[in-house]
Amino acid sequence: MEYAVEMKGICKSFGGVQALKNVDMELRQGEIMGIVGDNGAGKSTLMKILSGAYQADKGEIFIFGNQAEIHNPLDAFKQGISMIYQDLALFNNLDVARNIFVGRELVRGPLGITLAKKDMYRRAEELIKDLRVDIKSPRLNVARMSGGQRQMVACARAIAFQSKIMIMDEPTAALGVTEANKLLGLIKNLKDLGLSILLITQRIPDILAIADRVFVLKGGVRQDILNVKDTTLDDVVFLIVKGKDGNSKKVDDIEYKSFG
Amino acid sequence: MENNPSLSKNLSWKIGHIIRNYTPLLILLAAIVIFSIIAPNFTTFNNIRLLVRQISFVTISAVGLMFVMVAGGIDLSIGSQIILTNIVLSLMISSTYGLGIDPLIAIPICIAMGTILGMMNGILSNILKVHPLIVTLGTAYIYRGLGYIIAGGRNIDGLPDSFRVYGQGYVGPVPVPIIIMIFVAIVGAYFLHNTNFGSRVYAMGGNQEAAHLVGINIKRMKVIVFAIGGLASGIASVLLLSRVFNGQVTTGAGIEFDALTAALLGGVSFAGGEGTILGLITGVMIIGVLNNGMQLFGLQDFYQNLVKGALLLAAVGYDQYQKSRRAKEMLAIA
Repeated sequence: MEYAVEMKGICKSFGGVQALKNVDMELRQGEIMGIVGDNGAGKSTLMKILSGAYQADKGEIFIFGNQAEIHNPLDAFKQGISMIYQDLALFNNLDVARNIFVGRELVRGPLGITLAKKDMYRRAEELIKDLRVDIKSPRLNVARMSGGQRQMVACARAIAFQSKIMIMDEPTAALGVTEANKLLGLIKNLKDLGLSILLITQRIPDILAIADRVFVLKGGVRQDILNVKDTTLDDVVFLIVKGKDGNSKKVDDIEYKSFG
Repeated sequence: MENNPSLSKNLSWKIGHIIRNYTPLLILLAAIVIFSIIAPNFTTFNNIRLLVRQISFVTISAVGLMFVMVAGGIDLSIGSQIILTNIVLSLMISSTYGLGIDPLIAIPICIAMGTILGMMNGILSNILKVHPLIVTLGTAYIYRGLGYIIAGGRNIDGLPDSFRVYGQGYVGPVPVPIIIMIFVAIVGAYFLHNTNFGSRVYAMGGNQEAAHLVGINIKRMKVIVFAIGGLASGIASVLLLSRVFNGQVTTGAGIEFDALTAALLGGVSFAGGEGTILGLITGVMIIGVLNNGMQLFGLQDFYQNLVKGALLLAAVGYDQYQKSRRAKEMLAIA
């Protein structure tokens, strides 16, 4: 099977701390895969390597079967990869349209440097409509938006450039129940549009609700990839806490509450 | 009409909104009105022309500084860049002390030198990984020191008459520096407000980490914005030398504080990511009107410094107030 993403033997250290140890990860085309693990498990580090924010010390990345050299976010973008960060990485001083197109502005004129502002605002408006999100105008400043609306802007940015692979880091962490549900609905819509999605979250029920598979990391080591339809919350929590070797305390003793 | 509380609340919000957004313009109008009354000859054509010519040098420097500030930096070496390029240019074209090079050849060299001095700030800022405030404070001393060393305690005269036109010439009734100032402001506004480069400068100033994550090359951008600052200083240096017509180590000294105060007064945020060229020009106009009005009113230099210092602090305070107000609004929404 040709995977959308295949990461092989990824290693990454920060000073003396080895954050990722020989990690393999495969994302199928058109699937939603949850990435779970306790704090410090290496979820965000692995995804930041895929998105070009970090560089792996060792390992290979294949995108749709082709080996990819990802040294920075621009390389990742060229491979069709977008990452929506936990802190959203939005620009509070810019409006919605500017946020969507920043770094990849639509331009016109012989020099190719003049902003095509009308096109940017029109396209931003179309994206807002396509996503059916509650944002009244692309001219609104994102600083004045709710957490959910800001997530939608971040999603719109990824979709605007026809990303094929989207990485979302804790997208529902700062949202209320209603907004989180709306966002999960949106993620499903994105899958229907053909995107392959990696979803980092601590909220395992979110993953069980919308993901096809779940990838478990513990202490920078891959534990397993589970099919969601054959998996229970207990199975996932067990792997997160005890790991594949299961040499920790009994699962009954594990406190689930923190996983929401 | 009935006294409707929501109507009066709405009205007070609108008044507050106008005051917040048009404060620089209101200050400028107030300064003009006051000096029109208390300072003789303030509103004469000749004085207004003089005033605009006086501000043209600061405006050009401030446009360059604005690129740096919008990107989230600061450049305290502008005045020192002008001192150094001024001395080098005067030595290049002076027939008495220097090489007697044709100004048409020396001017581009001087402007290129200003650009390189600016670039050095960006490069050092990248290498040392410290705030540009410290870097440019250091380079300011270096550039100024070099200017003093090269000048060797002399005032460099013997400049060719053909060089007068840039700082002292007129096109019709309009002084050449004003025309160059307008040109620089228009080009600056185009690049900052209407190009993909300008869009990235604002993004970088708004959230540097996010800018990196969307693929903007922060290090390169930093070097470019500082180079633009240096380019503007180079242009201002040529005009100032032509105006003064004597290479002196005092020309341009302290211009960065006028430019900085003007930028802050005009709504350019100290934290980056905000400001417009129109706002900047309003800020420069405020400084210009105050300088000119206080001179006409007969206030001595040190009183002027007192007022300008207070104004700089007020502008920083106002910028900080605006920021904390916005932060509170964001918290309320979240």
